[in-house]
Amino acid sequence: MGAACPVSARILRLGTVSSPAVEVEDLVLTYGSIRAVDRLTFEVAAGSVTAVVGPNGAGKTTTMETCEGYRQPHGGRVRVLGADPRRDAARLRPRVGVLLQSGGAWSGVRAVEMLRHIASLHAHPLDIPALVERLGLGSCGRTPYRSLSGGEQRRLGLAMAVVGRPELVFLDEPTAGLDPQARHGTWDLVQELRSSGVTVVLTTHYMDEAERLADTVHVIDSGRLVASGSPSELMAHGAERTVRFWAPAGLDRISLRAALPEGSRVDEPLPGSYVVRGHVDPHLLAALTAWCAANGVLAEGLAVERRTLEDVFLDLTGRELRP
Amino acid sequence: MTLVFTPRPGSAPLTSMVAAQARMEARLLLRNGEQLLLALVIPVLVLVGLQQADGLLDLGPGRRIDVLTPGVLALVVLSTGFTSVAISTGFERRHGLLKRLGATPLPRSALLAGKVGAVLIVEAFQLTLISAIALGLGWQPRGGVQALLSVVGLVLAGTAAFVGLALLMAGTLRADTTLAAANLVYLLLLAGGGVIVPFDRYPASVQPVMELLPTGALAEGLRDVLDGAAVGLGHVAILLAWTVVAATLAARTFRWE
Repeated sequence: MGAACPVSARILRLGTVSSPAVEVEDLVLTYGSIRAVDRLTFEVAAGSVTAVVGPNGAGKTTTMETCEGYRQPHGGRVRVLGADPRRDAARLRPRVGVLLQSGGAWSGVRAVEMLRHIASLHAHPLDIPALVERLGLGSCGRTPYRSLSGGEQRRLGLAMAVVGRPELVFLDEPTAGLDPQARHGTWDLVQELRSSGVTVVLTTHYMDEAERLADTVHVIDSGRLVASGSPSELMAHGAERTVRFWAPAGLDRISLRAALPEGSRVDEPLPGSYVVRGHVDPHLLAALTAWCAANGVLAEGLAVERRTLEDVFLDLTGRELRP
Repeated sequence: MTLVFTPRPGSAPLTSMVAAQARMEARLLLRNGEQLLLALVIPVLVLVGLQQADGLLDLGPGRRIDVLTPGVLALVVLSTGFTSVAISTGFERRHGLLKRLGATPLPRSALLAGKVGAVLIVEAFQLTLISAIALGLGWQPRGGVQALLSVVGLVLAGTAAFVGLALLMAGTLRADTTLAAANLVYLLLLAGGGVIVPFDRYPASVQPVMELLPTGALAEGLRDVLDGAAVGLGHVAILLAWTVVAATLAARTFRWE
Protein backbone atom coordinates (compact mmCIF):
# COMPACT_ATOMS: atom_id res chain seq x y z
CA MET A 1 0.00 0.00 0.00
CA GLY A 2 2.70 2.45 1.05
CA ALA A 3 4.72 2.14 -2.14
CA ALA A 4 2.24 4.13 -4.17
CA CYS A 5 2.61 7.34 -2.14
CA PRO A 6 3.50 10.50 -4.04
CA VAL A 7 6.77 12.10 -3.02
CA SER A 8 5.15 15.08 -1.32
CA ALA A 9 3.19 12.86 1.01
CA ARG A 10 6.28 10.88 1.89
CA ILE A 11 8.23 14.00 2.78
CA LEU A 12 5.36 15.13 4.94
CA ARG A 13 5.43 11.81 6.72
CA LEU A 14 9.16 11.87 7.24
CA GLY A 15 8.89 15.35 8.66
CA THR A 16 6.34 14.29 11.25
CA VAL A 17 7.65 10.87 11.98
CA SER A 18 8.63 11.81 15.52
CA SER A 19 5.24 13.24 16.50
CA PRO A 20 2.18 11.03 16.19
CA ALA A 21 -1.05 12.64 14.94
CA VAL A 22 -3.00 11.20 17.85
CA GLU A 23 -1.77 9.98 21.23
CA VAL A 24 -4.14 8.24 23.59
CA GLU A 25 -2.57 7.45 26.92
CA ASP A 26 -4.21 5.54 29.78
CA LEU A 27 -7.56 6.98 28.73
CA VAL A 28 -10.47 6.33 31.10
CA LEU A 29 -14.10 7.31 30.52
CA THR A 30 -16.97 6.19 32.70
CA TYR A 31 -20.73 6.39 32.37
CA GLY A 32 -22.03 6.08 35.91
CA SER A 33 -20.47 2.87 37.19
CA ILE A 34 -19.59 1.55 33.72
CA ARG A 35 -16.08 2.00 32.42
CA ALA A 36 -16.67 2.62 28.72
CA VAL A 37 -12.96 3.15 28.13
CA ASP A 38 -10.53 1.48 30.48
CA ARG A 39 -6.90 2.62 30.43
CA LEU A 40 -6.70 2.68 26.67
CA THR A 41 -3.34 3.52 25.11
CA PHE A 42 -2.50 3.79 21.43
CA GLU A 43 -0.93 6.08 18.88
CA VAL A 44 -1.78 7.09 15.36
CA ALA A 45 1.16 7.77 13.06
CA ALA A 46 0.87 10.95 11.02
CA GLY A 47 -0.12 10.25 7.43
CA SER A 48 -1.39 6.75 8.17
CA VAL A 49 -4.80 5.13 8.07
CA THR A 50 -5.73 3.64 11.43
CA ALA A 51 -8.77 1.47 12.02
CA VAL A 52 -10.28 1.13 15.47
CA VAL A 53 -12.33 -2.06 15.52
CA GLY A 54 -14.36 -3.73 18.23
CA PRO A 55 -17.81 -5.11 18.99
CA ASN A 56 -20.75 -2.82 19.76
CA GLY A 57 -20.24 -1.07 23.07
CA ALA A 58 -16.48 -1.61 23.01
CA GLY A 59 -15.85 2.11 23.49
CA LYS A 60 -14.92 3.04 19.91
CA THR A 61 -17.24 6.03 19.57
CA THR A 62 -16.48 7.25 23.08
CA THR A 63 -12.77 7.17 22.23
CA MET A 64 -13.31 8.98 18.92
CA GLU A 65 -15.46 11.64 20.60
CA THR A 66 -12.81 12.22 23.23
CA CYS A 67 -10.25 12.78 20.48
CA GLU A 68 -12.73 15.14 18.79
CA GLY A 69 -12.95 17.20 21.99
CA TYR A 70 -16.56 16.31 22.85
CA ARG A 71 -15.69 14.52 26.08
CA GLN A 72 -13.42 15.30 28.97
CA PRO A 73 -11.33 12.24 29.90
CA HIS A 74 -11.95 10.95 33.43
CA GLY A 75 -8.40 9.69 33.48
CA GLY A 76 -5.33 9.66 31.27
CA ARG A 77 -4.86 12.06 28.41
CA VAL A 78 -5.37 12.57 24.71
CA ARG A 79 -3.25 14.68 22.37
CA VAL A 80 -4.38 15.49 18.85
CA LEU A 81 -1.83 17.05 16.47
CA GLY A 82 0.21 17.78 19.60
CA ALA A 83 -2.60 19.73 21.28
CA ASP A 84 -5.30 19.17 23.88
CA PRO A 85 -8.60 18.57 22.03
CA ARG A 86 -10.61 20.56 24.58
CA ARG A 87 -8.26 23.31 25.72
CA ASP A 88 -6.92 23.99 22.23
CA ALA A 89 -10.23 23.31 20.47
CA ALA A 90 -10.33 26.63 18.64
CA ARG A 91 -6.94 25.98 17.04
CA LEU A 92 -7.68 22.34 16.24
CA ARG A 93 -11.16 22.66 14.73
CA PRO A 94 -10.06 23.93 11.29
CA ARG A 95 -7.39 21.22 11.13
CA VAL A 96 -9.54 18.23 12.04
CA GLY A 97 -12.45 16.82 10.00
CA VAL A 98 -15.19 14.83 11.69
CA LEU A 99 -17.83 12.33 10.57
CA LEU A 100 -20.18 11.62 13.48
CA GLN A 101 -21.73 8.20 13.90
CA SER A 102 -25.12 9.70 13.02
CA GLY A 103 -26.92 12.97 12.35
CA GLY A 104 -25.17 16.28 12.14
CA ALA A 105 -27.41 18.33 9.85
CA TRP A 106 -30.65 20.33 9.94
CA SER A 107 -33.54 18.08 8.99
CA GLY A 108 -34.82 20.52 6.37
CA VAL A 109 -31.50 21.48 4.81
CA ARG A 110 -30.74 20.35 1.26
CA ALA A 111 -27.73 18.07 0.87
CA VAL A 112 -25.52 20.37 -1.17
CA GLU A 113 -26.71 23.43 0.77
CA MET A 114 -25.42 21.79 3.96
CA LEU A 115 -22.10 20.98 2.33
CA ARG A 116 -21.76 24.56 1.06
CA HIS A 117 -22.50 25.87 4.52
CA ILE A 118 -19.74 23.80 6.13
CA ALA A 119 -17.41 24.86 3.30
CA SER A 120 -18.20 28.53 3.97
CA LEU A 121 -16.77 28.17 7.48
CA HIS A 122 -13.35 27.23 6.09
CA ALA A 123 -10.66 29.33 4.45
CA HIS A 124 -9.67 27.02 1.57
CA PRO A 125 -12.51 24.55 1.04
CA LEU A 126 -12.54 21.91 -1.68
CA ASP A 127 -14.33 22.59 -4.94
CA ILE A 128 -17.96 21.76 -4.15
CA PRO A 129 -19.16 20.54 -7.58
CA ALA A 130 -16.15 18.23 -7.87
CA LEU A 131 -16.67 16.85 -4.35
CA VAL A 132 -20.40 16.39 -4.98
CA GLU A 133 -19.67 14.47 -8.14
CA ARG A 134 -16.94 12.43 -6.52
CA LEU A 135 -19.23 11.24 -3.73
CA GLY A 136 -22.22 10.74 -6.01
CA LEU A 137 -24.34 13.38 -4.28
CA GLY A 138 -25.43 15.06 -7.50
CA SER A 139 -28.76 13.28 -7.84
CA CYS A 140 -29.81 14.05 -4.25
CA GLY A 141 -28.26 17.52 -4.06
CA ARG A 142 -31.61 19.30 -3.59
CA THR A 143 -33.15 16.63 -1.36
CA PRO A 144 -33.80 17.65 2.26
CA TYR A 145 -31.54 15.85 4.72
CA ARG A 146 -34.43 14.01 6.39
CA SER A 147 -35.40 12.44 3.03
CA LEU A 148 -31.91 11.21 2.15
CA SER A 149 -31.25 7.48 2.41
CA GLY A 150 -28.91 6.28 5.14
CA GLY A 151 -26.16 5.82 2.57
CA GLU A 152 -26.65 9.31 1.16
CA GLN A 153 -26.51 10.80 4.66
CA ARG A 154 -23.26 8.92 5.26
CA ARG A 155 -21.72 10.17 2.01
CA LEU A 156 -22.79 13.73 2.74
CA GLY A 157 -21.25 13.43 6.20
CA LEU A 158 -18.04 12.20 4.63
CA ALA A 159 -18.02 15.16 2.24
CA MET A 160 -18.57 17.50 5.21
CA ALA A 161 -15.63 15.88 7.03
CA VAL A 162 -13.14 16.50 4.23
CA VAL A 163 -14.44 19.73 2.63
CA GLY A 164 -12.28 21.99 4.83
CA ARG A 165 -9.04 20.27 3.71
CA PRO A 166 -8.11 18.98 7.16
CA GLU A 167 -4.82 17.37 8.21
CA LEU A 168 -6.60 14.69 10.19
CA VAL A 169 -10.05 13.14 9.86
CA PHE A 170 -12.00 11.04 12.36
CA LEU A 171 -14.55 8.88 10.54
CA ASP A 172 -16.96 7.00 12.80
CA GLU A 173 -18.31 4.09 10.75
CA PRO A 174 -17.91 5.76 7.36
CA THR A 175 -19.37 2.83 5.39
CA ALA A 176 -22.26 1.78 7.67
CA GLY A 177 -25.34 1.33 5.50
CA LEU A 178 -23.57 1.91 2.19
CA ASP A 179 -24.17 -0.23 -0.87
CA PRO A 180 -21.11 -2.02 -2.32
CA GLN A 181 -20.47 0.68 -4.93
CA ALA A 182 -20.55 3.48 -2.36
CA ARG A 183 -18.41 1.39 -0.04
CA HIS A 184 -15.73 1.00 -2.68
CA GLY A 185 -16.01 4.72 -3.46
CA THR A 186 -15.39 5.49 0.20
CA TRP A 187 -12.40 3.15 0.29
CA ASP A 188 -10.92 4.91 -2.73
CA LEU A 189 -11.46 8.26 -1.05
CA VAL A 190 -9.73 7.11 2.15
CA GLN A 191 -6.79 5.86 0.12
CA GLU A 192 -6.62 9.13 -1.76
CA LEU A 193 -6.71 11.10 1.48
CA ARG A 194 -3.83 9.00 2.74
CA SER A 195 -1.75 9.50 -0.36
CA SER A 196 -2.41 13.26 -0.09
CA GLY A 197 -0.90 13.25 3.39
CA VAL A 198 -4.12 13.31 5.41
CA THR A 199 -4.15 11.16 8.55
CA VAL A 200 -7.28 9.03 8.78
CA VAL A 201 -8.70 7.41 11.91
CA LEU A 202 -11.80 5.33 11.29
CA THR A 203 -13.97 2.87 13.16
CA THR A 204 -15.60 -0.05 11.45
CA HIS A 205 -17.40 -3.31 12.01
CA TYR A 206 -16.20 -4.69 8.71
CA MET A 207 -12.94 -6.57 9.06
CA ASP A 208 -12.39 -6.73 5.32
CA GLU A 209 -12.50 -2.93 5.36
CA ALA A 210 -9.90 -2.68 8.11
CA GLU A 211 -7.76 -5.32 6.39
CA ARG A 212 -7.93 -3.48 3.11
CA LEU A 213 -7.54 0.13 4.22
CA ALA A 214 -5.63 0.33 7.44
CA ASP A 215 -1.91 0.58 8.01
CA THR A 216 -2.60 -0.11 11.67
CA VAL A 217 -5.52 -1.80 13.36
CA HIS A 218 -6.38 -1.38 17.03
CA VAL A 219 -8.78 -3.99 18.35
CA ILE A 220 -10.63 -2.83 21.45
CA ASP A 221 -13.09 -4.72 23.59
CA SER A 222 -14.81 -3.58 26.79
CA GLY A 223 -12.84 -0.35 26.59
CA ARG A 224 -9.48 -2.09 26.56
CA LEU A 225 -6.93 -2.52 23.81
CA VAL A 226 -6.71 -6.24 23.07
CA ALA A 227 -4.46 -6.18 20.01
CA SER A 228 -2.63 -3.74 17.77
CA GLY A 229 -0.65 -4.05 14.60
CA SER A 230 -0.75 -4.02 10.86
CA PRO A 231 -3.40 -6.33 9.37
CA SER A 232 -0.71 -8.81 8.31
CA GLU A 233 0.89 -8.78 11.76
CA LEU A 234 -2.47 -9.39 13.37
CA MET A 235 -3.27 -12.20 10.98
CA ALA A 236 0.12 -13.79 11.56
CA HIS A 237 -0.21 -13.41 15.30
CA GLY A 238 -0.57 -16.87 16.84
CA ALA A 239 -2.01 -17.94 13.55
CA GLU A 240 -2.02 -21.34 12.10
CA ARG A 241 -3.37 -21.70 8.66
CA THR A 242 -5.97 -24.42 8.31
CA VAL A 243 -6.54 -27.21 5.86
CA ARG A 244 -10.10 -28.27 5.18
CA PHE A 245 -11.35 -31.27 3.25
CA TRP A 246 -14.35 -33.51 2.87
CA ALA A 247 -14.11 -37.28 3.23
CA PRO A 248 -16.29 -40.12 4.54
CA ALA A 249 -17.45 -39.48 8.10
CA GLY A 250 -15.68 -41.15 11.02
CA LEU A 251 -12.09 -41.35 9.76
CA ASP A 252 -9.53 -42.51 12.29
CA ARG A 253 -8.35 -39.09 13.42
CA ILE A 254 -5.84 -40.46 15.91
CA SER A 255 -4.07 -42.33 13.16
CA LEU A 256 -4.15 -39.29 10.91
CA ARG A 257 -2.75 -37.00 13.58
CA ALA A 258 0.08 -39.43 14.23
CA ALA A 259 1.02 -39.20 10.56
CA LEU A 260 1.16 -35.40 10.64
CA PRO A 261 3.97 -33.18 12.00
CA GLU A 262 4.18 -32.61 15.74
CA GLY A 263 1.59 -30.14 17.12
CA SER A 264 -1.02 -30.66 14.44
CA ARG A 265 -4.69 -31.02 15.35
CA VAL A 266 -7.46 -32.74 13.46
CA ASP A 267 -11.13 -31.91 14.07
CA GLU A 268 -14.34 -33.11 12.50
CA PRO A 269 -16.76 -30.26 13.28
CA LEU A 270 -19.45 -31.77 11.04
CA PRO A 271 -19.63 -35.43 9.99
CA GLY A 272 -17.35 -35.76 6.98
CA SER A 273 -15.90 -32.25 7.26
CA TYR A 274 -12.32 -32.18 8.50
CA VAL A 275 -10.18 -29.30 9.70
CA VAL A 276 -6.44 -29.66 10.23
CA ARG A 277 -4.72 -26.95 12.26
CA GLY A 278 -1.04 -26.61 12.93
CA HIS A 279 2.06 -25.44 11.14
CA VAL A 280 0.59 -25.75 7.68
CA ASP A 281 3.41 -26.12 5.18
CA PRO A 282 4.11 -28.32 2.14
CA HIS A 283 5.34 -31.15 4.39
CA LEU A 284 2.09 -31.26 6.32
CA LEU A 285 0.15 -31.27 3.07
CA ALA A 286 2.34 -34.10 1.73
CA ALA A 287 1.94 -36.11 4.93
CA LEU A 288 -1.82 -35.57 4.86
CA THR A 289 -2.26 -36.70 1.26
CA ALA A 290 0.12 -39.65 1.84
CA TRP A 291 -2.01 -40.80 4.78
CA CYS A 292 -5.12 -40.47 2.62
CA ALA A 293 -3.50 -42.51 -0.17
CA ALA A 294 -2.40 -45.20 2.30
CA ASN A 295 -5.93 -45.42 3.73
CA GLY A 296 -7.80 -45.20 0.43
CA VAL A 297 -9.43 -41.89 1.33
CA LEU A 298 -10.29 -39.38 -1.39
CA ALA A 299 -10.07 -35.94 0.21
CA GLU A 300 -12.51 -33.73 -1.64
CA GLY A 301 -12.49 -29.95 -1.70
CA LEU A 302 -9.07 -29.90 -0.10
CA ALA A 303 -8.17 -26.27 0.64
CA VAL A 304 -5.47 -24.44 2.53
CA GLU A 305 -7.09 -21.45 4.19
CA ARG A 306 -5.48 -18.32 5.44
CA ARG A 307 -6.85 -16.78 8.60
CA THR A 308 -8.73 -13.58 7.90
CA LEU A 309 -8.75 -10.53 10.11
CA GLU A 310 -12.31 -11.48 10.95
CA ASP A 311 -11.11 -14.80 12.42
CA VAL A 312 -8.53 -12.92 14.49
CA PHE A 313 -11.19 -10.45 15.61
CA LEU A 314 -13.59 -13.19 16.65
CA ASP A 315 -10.82 -15.08 18.44
CA LEU A 316 -9.90 -11.91 20.36
CA THR A 317 -13.37 -10.68 21.20
CA GLY A 318 -15.31 -13.91 21.40
CA ARG A 319 -18.02 -15.33 19.20
CA GLU A 320 -21.05 -14.91 21.42
CA LEU A 321 -23.60 -12.26 20.45
CA ARG A 322 -23.27 -8.94 22.21
CA PRO A 323 -26.27 -7.46 23.96
CA MET B 1 -11.74 21.19 -11.44
CA THR B 2 -9.93 18.28 -9.81
CA LEU B 3 -10.03 17.56 -6.12
CA VAL B 4 -6.87 18.27 -4.18
CA PHE B 5 -7.05 16.77 -0.71
CA THR B 6 -3.59 17.92 0.35
CA PRO B 7 -4.18 19.57 3.73
CA ARG B 8 -4.75 23.30 3.68
CA PRO B 9 -6.75 23.95 6.82
CA GLY B 10 -8.01 27.34 7.92
CA SER B 11 -11.04 29.14 9.30
CA ALA B 12 -13.09 31.62 7.32
CA PRO B 13 -13.02 35.16 8.80
CA LEU B 14 -15.30 35.46 11.85
CA THR B 15 -17.63 37.99 10.24
CA SER B 16 -18.22 35.85 7.19
CA MET B 17 -18.88 32.80 9.40
CA VAL B 18 -21.50 34.77 11.36
CA ALA B 19 -23.06 36.04 8.15
CA ALA B 20 -23.13 32.55 6.62
CA GLN B 21 -24.74 31.12 9.75
CA ALA B 22 -27.34 33.92 9.90
CA ARG B 23 -28.26 33.53 6.22
CA MET B 24 -28.52 29.77 6.55
CA GLU B 25 -30.71 29.87 9.65
CA ALA B 26 -32.94 32.59 8.21
CA ARG B 27 -33.46 30.54 5.03
CA LEU B 28 -34.40 27.50 7.08
CA LEU B 29 -36.79 29.49 9.30
CA LEU B 30 -38.56 30.91 6.27
CA ARG B 31 -38.71 27.50 4.58
CA ASN B 32 -40.41 25.78 7.50
CA GLY B 33 -44.18 25.78 7.01
CA GLU B 34 -45.20 25.46 10.66
CA GLN B 35 -42.86 28.21 11.68
CA LEU B 36 -44.23 30.43 8.94
CA LEU B 37 -47.76 29.84 10.23
CA LEU B 38 -46.62 31.00 13.62
CA ALA B 39 -44.57 33.83 12.23
CA LEU B 40 -47.01 35.37 9.76
CA VAL B 41 -50.43 33.76 9.47
CA ILE B 42 -51.38 34.06 13.15
CA PRO B 43 -50.24 37.71 13.54
CA VAL B 44 -52.02 38.71 10.32
CA LEU B 45 -55.20 36.90 11.44
CA VAL B 46 -55.04 38.60 14.84
CA LEU B 47 -54.52 42.00 13.21
CA VAL B 48 -57.22 41.72 10.56
CA GLY B 49 -59.62 39.65 12.66
CA LEU B 50 -59.64 41.87 15.72
CA GLN B 51 -59.75 44.99 13.60
CA GLN B 52 -62.94 43.73 11.93
CA ALA B 53 -64.57 42.11 14.99
CA ASP B 54 -65.29 45.30 16.80
CA GLY B 55 -67.48 44.08 19.61
CA LEU B 56 -65.45 40.92 20.29
CA LEU B 57 -62.65 42.35 22.42
CA ASP B 58 -62.56 45.65 24.26
CA LEU B 59 -59.24 47.34 23.48
CA GLY B 60 -60.09 50.52 25.35
CA PRO B 61 -59.98 54.11 24.16
CA GLY B 62 -58.25 55.25 20.97
CA ARG B 63 -58.59 54.11 17.35
CA ARG B 64 -58.80 50.38 17.31
CA ILE B 65 -56.09 49.79 14.66
CA ASP B 66 -53.68 52.14 16.47
CA VAL B 67 -54.03 50.14 19.68
CA LEU B 68 -53.92 46.79 17.92
CA THR B 69 -50.89 47.21 15.64
CA PRO B 70 -48.10 47.72 18.25
CA GLY B 71 -49.39 44.61 20.07
CA VAL B 72 -49.25 42.54 16.89
CA LEU B 73 -45.69 43.79 16.25
CA ALA B 74 -44.79 42.58 19.76
CA LEU B 75 -46.48 39.26 19.00
CA VAL B 76 -44.24 38.83 15.95
CA VAL B 77 -41.13 39.37 18.07
CA LEU B 78 -42.43 36.82 20.59
CA SER B 79 -43.21 34.21 17.95
CA THR B 80 -39.92 34.48 16.07
CA GLY B 81 -37.56 35.40 18.93
CA PHE B 82 -38.93 32.89 21.39
CA THR B 83 -41.13 30.16 19.91
CA SER B 84 -39.33 29.63 16.59
CA VAL B 85 -35.87 29.76 18.12
CA ALA B 86 -36.80 27.41 20.97
CA ILE B 87 -38.31 24.81 18.65
CA SER B 88 -35.64 24.96 15.97
CA THR B 89 -32.80 24.91 18.51
CA GLY B 90 -34.39 21.96 20.31
CA PHE B 91 -34.40 19.95 17.08
CA GLU B 92 -30.92 21.14 16.12
CA ARG B 93 -29.78 19.63 19.38
CA ARG B 94 -31.61 16.37 18.81
CA HIS B 95 -30.37 15.98 15.25
CA GLY B 96 -26.75 16.43 16.27
CA LEU B 97 -26.45 19.63 14.25
CA LEU B 98 -25.17 21.65 17.19
CA LYS B 99 -22.74 18.86 17.98
CA ARG B 100 -21.53 18.74 14.37
CA LEU B 101 -21.13 22.52 14.16
CA GLY B 102 -19.05 22.23 17.33
CA ALA B 103 -16.46 20.38 15.23
CA THR B 104 -16.27 23.15 12.62
CA PRO B 105 -14.28 26.39 12.92
CA LEU B 106 -17.51 28.20 13.93
CA PRO B 107 -17.11 29.33 17.57
CA ARG B 108 -20.10 29.04 19.92
CA SER B 109 -20.33 32.81 20.16
CA ALA B 110 -20.52 33.09 16.37
CA LEU B 111 -23.23 30.42 16.31
CA LEU B 112 -25.30 32.48 18.76
CA ALA B 113 -24.61 35.68 16.86
CA GLY B 114 -25.72 33.95 13.67
CA LYS B 115 -28.90 32.77 15.34
CA VAL B 116 -29.74 36.28 16.54
CA GLY B 117 -28.88 37.64 13.10
CA ALA B 118 -31.28 35.14 11.48
CA VAL B 119 -34.05 36.16 13.87
CA LEU B 120 -33.47 39.84 13.06
CA ILE B 121 -33.55 39.15 9.31
CA VAL B 122 -36.85 37.27 9.63
CA GLU B 123 -38.30 39.88 11.98
CA ALA B 124 -37.43 42.66 9.55
CA PHE B 125 -39.54 40.91 6.89
CA GLN B 126 -42.40 40.24 9.29
CA LEU B 127 -42.49 43.69 10.87
CA THR B 128 -42.42 45.36 7.47
CA LEU B 129 -45.25 43.20 6.18
CA ILE B 130 -47.43 43.62 9.28
CA SER B 131 -46.83 47.40 9.24
CA ALA B 132 -47.80 47.56 5.58
CA ILE B 133 -51.04 45.65 6.22
CA ALA B 134 -51.80 47.83 9.25
CA LEU B 135 -51.17 51.01 7.26
CA GLY B 136 -53.56 49.66 4.64
CA LEU B 137 -56.14 49.21 7.39
CA GLY B 138 -55.74 52.84 8.43
CA TRP B 139 -53.03 52.67 11.10
CA GLN B 140 -51.63 56.11 11.93
CA PRO B 141 -48.41 55.71 13.93
CA ARG B 142 -47.22 58.85 15.69
CA GLY B 143 -43.83 60.05 16.79
CA GLY B 144 -42.02 60.10 13.41
CA VAL B 145 -38.36 59.12 13.20
CA GLN B 146 -37.99 59.24 16.97
CA ALA B 147 -40.68 56.56 17.31
CA LEU B 148 -39.09 54.44 14.60
CA LEU B 149 -35.72 54.47 16.40
CA SER B 150 -37.43 53.63 19.68
CA VAL B 151 -39.23 50.72 17.99
CA VAL B 152 -35.90 49.40 16.70
CA GLY B 153 -34.40 49.67 20.19
CA LEU B 154 -37.34 47.95 21.86
CA VAL B 155 -37.41 45.18 19.23
CA LEU B 156 -33.68 44.55 19.74
CA ALA B 157 -34.07 44.42 23.54
CA GLY B 158 -37.16 42.22 23.25
CA THR B 159 -35.46 39.88 20.77
CA ALA B 160 -32.46 39.51 23.08
CA ALA B 161 -34.71 38.60 26.01
CA PHE B 162 -36.82 36.13 24.01
CA VAL B 163 -33.85 34.42 22.34
CA GLY B 164 -32.24 34.06 25.78
CA LEU B 165 -35.40 32.43 27.13
CA ALA B 166 -35.69 30.22 24.05
CA LEU B 167 -32.13 28.94 24.47
CA LEU B 168 -32.71 28.36 28.16
CA MET B 169 -35.67 26.13 27.29
CA ALA B 170 -34.16 24.40 24.24
CA GLY B 171 -30.83 23.77 25.94
CA THR B 172 -32.28 21.84 28.84
CA LEU B 173 -35.53 20.16 27.75
CA ARG B 174 -35.95 17.39 25.16
CA ALA B 175 -36.90 18.48 21.66
CA ASP B 176 -40.54 17.29 21.80
CA THR B 177 -41.00 18.80 25.24
CA THR B 178 -39.59 22.06 23.93
CA LEU B 179 -41.98 21.94 20.98
CA ALA B 180 -44.99 21.56 23.27
CA ALA B 181 -43.80 23.95 25.98
CA ALA B 182 -42.78 26.72 23.56
CA ASN B 183 -46.20 26.66 21.90
CA LEU B 184 -47.96 26.59 25.26
CA VAL B 185 -45.96 29.55 26.55
CA TYR B 186 -46.73 31.41 23.32
CA LEU B 187 -50.47 30.85 23.72
CA LEU B 188 -50.44 31.76 27.40
CA LEU B 189 -48.54 34.97 26.76
CA LEU B 190 -50.71 35.79 23.76
CA ALA B 191 -53.81 35.51 25.96
CA GLY B 192 -52.57 36.82 29.26
CA GLY B 193 -49.21 38.46 28.67
CA GLY B 194 -50.41 41.97 27.92
CA VAL B 195 -49.48 41.57 24.27
CA ILE B 196 -52.63 42.50 22.36
CA VAL B 197 -54.90 43.95 25.02
CA PRO B 198 -53.52 47.03 26.80
CA PHE B 199 -52.78 46.73 30.52
CA ASP B 200 -55.57 49.05 31.64
CA ARG B 201 -58.17 46.61 30.30
CA TYR B 202 -56.96 43.97 32.78
CA PRO B 203 -57.95 43.85 36.46
CA ALA B 204 -55.81 46.21 38.56
CA SER B 205 -54.45 43.33 40.63
CA VAL B 206 -52.68 41.64 37.70
CA GLN B 207 -51.36 44.78 36.04
CA PRO B 208 -48.09 44.96 38.04
CA VAL B 209 -47.31 41.32 37.13
CA MET B 210 -47.94 42.04 33.47
CA GLU B 211 -45.59 44.96 33.48
CA LEU B 212 -42.83 42.64 34.65
CA LEU B 213 -43.38 40.12 31.86
CA PRO B 214 -41.13 40.56 28.81
CA THR B 215 -44.20 40.48 26.55
CA GLY B 216 -45.94 43.15 28.61
CA ALA B 217 -42.88 45.39 28.72
CA LEU B 218 -42.30 45.08 24.96
CA ALA B 219 -45.93 45.53 23.89
CA GLU B 220 -46.68 48.39 26.25
CA GLY B 221 -43.39 50.03 25.28
CA LEU B 222 -44.31 49.78 21.59
CA ARG B 223 -47.83 51.14 22.24
CA ASP B 224 -46.34 54.12 24.10
CA VAL B 225 -43.72 55.09 21.51
CA LEU B 226 -46.07 54.59 18.54
CA ASP B 227 -48.52 56.87 20.33
CA GLY B 228 -45.86 59.58 20.27
CA ALA B 229 -44.50 59.15 23.82
CA ALA B 230 -40.80 58.85 24.69
CA VAL B 231 -39.46 55.32 25.18
CA GLY B 232 -40.16 54.12 28.72
CA LEU B 233 -36.90 53.32 30.46
CA GLY B 234 -38.75 51.00 32.81
CA HIS B 235 -39.79 48.81 29.89
CA VAL B 236 -36.27 48.71 28.49
CA ALA B 237 -34.86 47.90 31.93
CA ILE B 238 -37.29 44.99 32.35
CA LEU B 239 -36.34 43.56 28.94
CA LEU B 240 -32.63 43.89 29.69
CA ALA B 241 -33.09 42.25 33.09
CA TRP B 242 -34.83 39.28 31.43
CA THR B 243 -31.98 39.11 28.90
CA VAL B 244 -29.29 39.01 31.58
CA VAL B 245 -31.07 36.41 33.70
CA ALA B 246 -32.01 34.16 30.76
CA ALA B 247 -28.61 34.41 29.08
CA THR B 248 -26.76 33.68 32.32
CA LEU B 249 -28.90 30.65 33.12
CA ALA B 250 -28.77 29.41 29.51
CA ALA B 251 -24.99 29.72 29.41
CA ARG B 252 -24.78 27.59 32.55
CA THR B 253 -27.32 24.95 31.69
CA PHE B 254 -27.20 24.66 27.90
CA ARG B 255 -26.37 21.15 26.72
CA TRP B 256 -25.12 21.00 23.14
CA GLU B 257 -26.01 17.32 22.72
